[in-house]
Parts: sequence; structure tokens; C-alpha cells
Amino acid sequence: MKAYQRKLDIKNGCVDLSHGSGGRAMAQLISGLFHEAFGNEWLARGNDQSAFDVGAGRMVMTTDGYVVSPLFFPGGNIGSLAVHGTVNDIAMAGAKPLYLSASFIIEEGFRFADLKLIADSMGEAARAAGVHIITGDTKVVERGKADGLFISTSAVGVVPDGLDLSAENARVGDRVLISGTLGDHGVAIMSKRQNLAFDTEIVSDSAALNGLVASMVEAGGAGIRLMRDPTRGGLAATLNEIAQQSNLGFHLQEEEIPVKPGVAAVCELLGLDPLHVANEGKLVAIVAPEVADAVLAAMRQHPLGRDAADIGEAVADDHHFVQMATSFGGGRIVDWLSGEQLPRIC
Amino acid sequence: MKYADEYRDKEIALGLAKTIRAETDPKRPYRFMEFCGGHTHAISRYGLEDMLPNNVRMIHGPGCPVCVLPAGRIDMAIRLAERSEIILCVYGDLMRVPGSQGASLLKAKARGADIRMVYSTIDAIRIAEENPEREIVFFAIGFETTTPPTAVMIRLAEKKRLENFSVFCNHVLTPPAMQNILESPDIRSIGRVEIDGFVGPAHVSTIIGTAPYEFFAEEFGKPVVISGFEPLDMMQAILMLVRQVNENRHEVENQYSRAVTRDGNLRAKEEVSDIFELRDQFEWRGLGQVPYSGLKLKRSYAKYDAEVRFGMNEVRVDDNPACECGAILRGVKKPVDCKLFGTVCTPETPMGSCMVSSEGACAAHWTYGRFRDHQQRRAS
Repeated sequence: MKAYQRKLDIKNGCVDLSHGSGGRAMAQLISGLFHEAFGNEWLARGNDQSAFDVGAGRMVMTTDGYVVSPLFFPGGNIGSLAVHGTVNDIAMAGAKPLYLSASFIIEEGFRFADLKLIADSMGEAARAAGVHIITGDTKVVERGKADGLFISTSAVGVVPDGLDLSAENARVGDRVLISGTLGDHGVAIMSKRQNLAFDTEIVSDSAALNGLVASMVEAGGAGIRLMRDPTRGGLAATLNEIAQQSNLGFHLQEEEIPVKPGVAAVCELLGLDPLHVANEGKLVAIVAPEVADAVLAAMRQHPLGRDAADIGEAVADDHHFVQMATSFGGGRIVDWLSGEQLPRIC
Repeated sequence: MKYADEYRDKEIALGLAKTIRAETDPKRPYRFMEFCGGHTHAISRYGLEDMLPNNVRMIHGPGCPVCVLPAGRIDMAIRLAERSEIILCVYGDLMRVPGSQGASLLKAKARGADIRMVYSTIDAIRIAEENPEREIVFFAIGFETTTPPTAVMIRLAEKKRLENFSVFCNHVLTPPAMQNILESPDIRSIGRVEIDGFVGPAHVSTIIGTAPYEFFAEEFGKPVVISGFEPLDMMQAILMLVRQVNENRHEVENQYSRAVTRDGNLRAKEEVSDIFELRDQFEWRGLGQVPYSGLKLKRSYAKYDAEVRFGMNEVRVDDNPACECGAILRGVKKPVDCKLFGTVCTPETPMGSCMVSSEGACAAHWTYGRFRDHQQRRAS
């Protein structure tokens, strides 16, 4: 006998409150849509949790919520973003991400077709990053309570032996490397906001960075002091955060910082600073000067690090300022962003 | 970036910096006020102060419409937005401007007021069309540059016969504020204003032209150079001011000739004078009441005037007595001379006008200039 009398009507159907009630409808949604998209041996067993073996060594764990608006944007959607963002948080420890959990809060009326697109791109992003989504949860809330869909993902990963990336490792004279152009994600999202809509060829840089990180670790080993992904608040927030935690300052060269002309133009028009705009597929690494060239070369070999650049150095500064020599010839401080530049960017 | 990078060329900048250095008299100070927030931003963003000799000092003026909006007007807007029938449309940078007792539009929105951030006046019209059962109020602020778009919007509302649309008008004028900086009665209490010349507004002047500054330059004996917002524009304008000071001239000169004429934009001026008229006085945060410095809607457009339509009462809130914005805006004090600067008054918790937006004198100094104080302290 078939488990369900009628198939999910992916094309025309939509989520209603019964899909979160714990009954047959929910079971059908999970097996017919999420298991299809994520397909793996753990989910196939259908337990409330998934068991997995852990090797020797240190583990890392992280969690993140995704409330991006709009749900679909040039270069990705909330699903791929929810995998990339959480994988990247694991990867910034130099770790190899292994398993993900995914929790969905869905508003009634949400179209199955959209949910399938999102789940499929999560599955695809996970496969591309070499991780598995092995457990999850689905809740449905009334119309108007969740703006379509919110996703939370958590992940665990394992850190290679001998690696302990952390801000307190940074030293005076360390180099500041970034993996590519800044501000692509923020600008791609802005271009689709209803009250801002403009045409641009810029797409989000949303990507899983664990492959890039693995090749950097291979080239630089423990010479890599720490890595961060400059998401909300942009590079400016990330470097200010590192400066405070490491008790250092930074000195940047504006001329070395890669920004796509389209991103620069949008920022110019809207009065934004690309250093404050969010990224979802970039990392900043603080590395010992002796390995900087090797790490930079390894980054440039990787497709996600083609535009990598050495943009400055760590300096002694008990005020923890991030300073920058402008391409015009003067100097300025690169401060945290004050207030909210753009809500719900990720 | 085409049409922008040309005005940011390092080699030309270094050449101009060299000329400024060569032509300034090391024995005297050159204190110039840039009126506009756009200029303040360019100075900070490109690090212009590093390229000027020590005796050339830039004083950041009150030309940021968000900064100078007094707490009372914010309180009035919040009261309006709290009415259930109203949707208040505002530009995003107004959201965090402090009203009295820590209130702001952002907090009012969080408590349930229907406040929508818009990027252009057209968005407000669209919201009015989409919500015929609600009252849509556009929070209009800005100098002469943003007044014509408000005028166009009122015309559009008229044409579309929108019955649910009005404007909370806070438009202000540049020349009266420049005059106030030099002649306000407050000056007696804060000492002599020491300004040797003005970098005149860029975008404002595209509308009003250079003529309105002629009386000012003559009457107060201060040179005015209208300058574009690009860093090379500013370097050139500063050089022109240095030359006027050296030659004891006080004229209106136009560096921004690619966009500004003597008479300005006649069509825009006509639209504005059709719809708006002068207020007897208007309060500026930091400057206090400034005569004939604000605009309101003419009586014939009263149905579009939110203050009339909703019987709004003027709210007066005194600035914090310890706040030195008045003296800072007049160049008598520097941000670091204020007891509140960087202690209770920061960009996250602004008290005075100069900290409210990134274009304010204190915020600019906080964001970009602190390391200079730090370096100077270290050197001394």
C-alpha cells in the first residue's frame, strides 16, 4: 500500500497549518520534499536524530539563522545561503565541515514550488561543499508571522591537528589577506528590494569556502593566525572586531582592496562604503608574514580566490584603530558601521 | 568609475597640495568652513586634512539636514506616527535621529507606529495610492536641493487627486544659516567666530545659483568658493580661498562651474516659490532659532500640509546644556573640546546635532579623525 493516497502537488500546492501539525501531511512534506532534496542515508532512516561517528581530534560547532529578504536574489536564495553561511562559519576555524541540521519556520500559504526550489538548492549546496544535512525540523506559522520562510542551520566539523585559529594569535607585522572583491552580496540583495530596485549585473558571492580554506591551510599551516568571513558589517566590522580581540591595530592600503566597478558605482549612488557592505563568499585571513606569499598564491589558484589580495598589515596600536591610506593620498579610519545599513541581508 | 575617478586622481591631488603649501603664508592661520555635510564627508573619506598644511584648518559646518533637525520636530513626527490612521514615510537616515528623552522614529516603529523607510518621494506617492484608507504623511527634510522634489510630489498628488496624502515640511535654507553662524546673538557668549572663508555648497548651489551668496560675501567680508563634492574639487576650492585671503579679496567664486550657474535652476526655483513660503523662523539643532531659514506650504496648499491637516502643535525641546554643538558649528570649539564627545555622545547614542549623522562634525571626527588626535598626542 502506498504511504500517501495523493502525491504532493508541488506545482500548484502550498503549505498550510496541517503541514506543521505532526500528522500525515507533515510526514509527507518531509519525505516528499526535504528528503528528496537532501537525500542521504541518515535521513532515510527516519529517526528523530541522526547518529554519526567522530574521528579523533577537536570538533567545532556553529549555528545561524537566515531571514533574508527577498528569499530569491541574483546568485542564490535563502536555501543556498543557509548552507554556505554555516559551512563558512565552520571553515573559518580551518575545520572540515561534516554535518548540518536545518530547521524551517514556514508561513502558511508558502508555495510548494518555491519551497522545493529552496530545498533543492540547499541539497545542491551541501553536496558541492561535501557536507550532509542529517537532521531537521519543520514548523508552520499563521500567515503574516514569518514573512514566507525562516531557516536555521547548525553544523559540526573537525579541526586538523595542530591548528588553532583565533584572534589572540595575531602579531604585529602579520599580513591581512582577503579572498576577493567586496560588497557583492549586499549589492545583489539591495538591487532586488522593492523600494530600491535597480538593474545591475552583480550577483551574490554566496559560496562555501571550505575548499579554499583547505588549500590555504595546506599552504600556510599554523602560519595562518585566524580567518573570518566578513558578512554583516562588511570588512570594516570584521577587522575592527579582530583588532579589539587581538589587541592590535591594522593599516590598510585602499588601492589594494578589490571592489567590482558595478559595486563601487552602486555604493557611490547610495552613499554606502563597500567596506561596510555584506559578503557571503569571502574571507579575511591574518597570516604570518613568512607564509603570506605562499598562502596568497594558493588562494589565487582556487576559483573562489582568484581576486585574492594582500591589503595591509597588523600594527601595534593600543587604541585598536583600523586605519587606511586612501587611494587619493590621505589617511582615514575605517570604523564600525553605525546603525543598520540594510536590515535582513542574510 | 567613469566621471568620478577623474576627480579623485592622486597625482593631481598631490600637485594641488604642493601649490597650496607653497602659497599659504606660514605665519597666519587659514580657517575655512565647509558648510555642507557632503564636503565634510569628502574630507574624511579621502583624508584631505592629511594633505593640507597645518595652518589650514577645516571647520565642519551645519550643512547636514538630518543633523540640524531639532528634537522637537522629531517628537512631533513621532506623535503623528503613533496615530493609527497614519503611515509616516521617511528617509532612512532620519530613523535614528534623537527626539526628547531618547525617543526616535526607530523606537516608535518598534513599538508599533507604521513608519516606512523610502528612498524617494515617488515611493511615498505609491504608498498613498496603495493604501487609500490610510493617511500618508511624507516627512520632508533637506536644503534647497531636496525641496524641488517635494514640490514635484505635491504637484503629482494634486494631479492624481490623492486625498490621503500630505507633507510634514522641514525644508530649510542655506544662506540664512550661513549668516546666522557669523551674526547670531549667541556669538557673544561663545566668543569670536574665527572663520576666514567658506567652501560654498555644491548641490544646493545647482538650484539657487551663486548670486544669493554675493550679499553675504560683501556684507561680512568673507570669501565664498562654491565647490563640488569630489576631493579634487575641494582641493581646488581651498586653493582659491587661500588666494582670496592672501589677496584680501572677499568674492563669490565658482569652482563647480560644470554644474552651477549664477542664476541656478530657474524651473526648480519657480516650482518651489509656487508652493512654499518662508517661515518667520525655524529651529536648527545646535544653532537655535534662525530667522527666515525654513519653508512651509502656502495657504493655498494647506490640504497637503500635515501640520494644518492634523492640527500639529509645535514642540520645543532644549538641547542638552552641556552640548557644545553651537560652538563647534561656528568653529569656536573642536569636537574634542566638548565634555560629551565620545563619552555619552557617540554615533550609536548621539546627543547633539554634530553626532547625529556621519556628515556631522563630531561624527566625522569620531569616525575618521580620532587617530589624528592620537598621533598628535603621541608626537607631543
